[in-house]
Amino acid sequence: MVSQPCCQSRPEAVPPVAGPVQEIRTTDSRITPADRLDHFLARFGVNRMGHRVEPGLYRLGNPTPDSPVFASANYTLSFDALRSALAGRDGYILVLDTHGINVWCAAGKGTFGTDEIVRRITLTGLASVVRHRTLIVPQLGAPGVSAHEVLRRSGFSVEYGPVRASDLPEYLAIGRATPDMRRVRFPVADRLVLAPMELVHAALSTAAGAVVLYLLAGLPAAFGAVAAVLAGTVLFPALLPFIPTRDFSTKGLILGGIVALPFSAAFVMETAASGWAGVPAALAPLLLMPPATAYLALNFTGSTPFTSRTGVKKEIFRYVPLMAGMAVLGAALAAVFGAAHLLGAV
Amino acid sequence: MFDSYRENTLRYNPERCFGCLRCTEVCPHGVFAEGDRRVEVVRPEECMECGACARNCPVQAIKVQSGVGCAWAMIGAALRGKDMDSGTCGCGGEEGSCCGGER
Repeated sequence: MVSQPCCQSRPEAVPPVAGPVQEIRTTDSRITPADRLDHFLARFGVNRMGHRVEPGLYRLGNPTPDSPVFASANYTLSFDALRSALAGRDGYILVLDTHGINVWCAAGKGTFGTDEIVRRITLTGLASVVRHRTLIVPQLGAPGVSAHEVLRRSGFSVEYGPVRASDLPEYLAIGRATPDMRRVRFPVADRLVLAPMELVHAALSTAAGAVVLYLLAGLPAAFGAVAAVLAGTVLFPALLPFIPTRDFSTKGLILGGIVALPFSAAFVMETAASGWAGVPAALAPLLLMPPATAYLALNFTGSTPFTSRTGVKKEIFRYVPLMAGMAVLGAALAAVFGAAHLLGAV
Repeated sequence: MFDSYRENTLRYNPERCFGCLRCTEVCPHGVFAEGDRRVEVVRPEECMECGACARNCPVQAIKVQSGVGCAWAMIGAALRGKDMDSGTCGCGGEEGSCCGGER
């Protein structure tokens, strides 16, 4: 039995439908400026849970009882990707209630899942809307969906569509998904579109840290904090496949180390006159910045479509103690230098 | 060294497989391939433990401890004194949500 990540209560039986069958809504394939604004805000985490579509059955174009039915999540980015990919086609879209979460994440939680599909088929009266008994489900919904269970409980056979909605026209044309359509990719555009969210998450604590560092150690130190965070949240996703090693933490340490070099060099120049006492000042960025970048890099694992839980856990136990050790040592060195500076020794 | 992802919890029992090929369909990393009458595991190290194969195998030939490979969620759980494997990902809840993308 597979352990189900989030949803503990999974009712076995579908409750009988009370009241009339839900009305069928109408949608189209146009992405309006308002939709684009909504996508932009979603990418920046504004009103995080508010990017929802009403769950239920939607008519796209002029569907007949023989038109295909596509399942989607009630997250605007998911729904809009589907309906825009189906431009010029007739069909039905069955929007599941995934609480405003995208297909992949909702499937991991089980909200995009067997129970909700069966329930939504019943609630919308899908069986009396279409003559066929096929439901096209996005492949990335499969972690939550058991195709044979859906068939047994609803009479609808699940056909897994391609990973990307944009491949749907070709999929429909050839009647199956090619191996390439079945593989998840993580190209630079997909990685960078996540950077704003990463940045938003880190912004407040970074700003606070930068102010404290400015007061304690001056402007270069404050810049160092901002640089380490930008490296972890923007540079890291951008350069992910090009940084050596497979572990995210070591990738982050490497990237953070490179970004720290100019800061270290700057401190060396600044304290050149004070001889050996400048050494801790030069070492501090090399010890403080890489763990900050690496920690953010490690946290990017959840945004990628390829890190296993076993591996991430291993990374946490392997590298978080190292990161903490580097940070403590770096802070101690900086404090020693700061104290020496205050006492006039440097 | 520097590769924490070489091992995972994917276990496949070819004895049970009858070759329906569902797993080759749902796996986003091409871990399974059609073999002679039975499916073969061709890229085990690519498995991300999403659990799609096990959930869609009608004869339970595949087992995997599925969960979300998200450090944010696991560290968060550990800091709150919860089981790291409880797997509650922050997405869909309060702030601290990790996955922002459409995947």
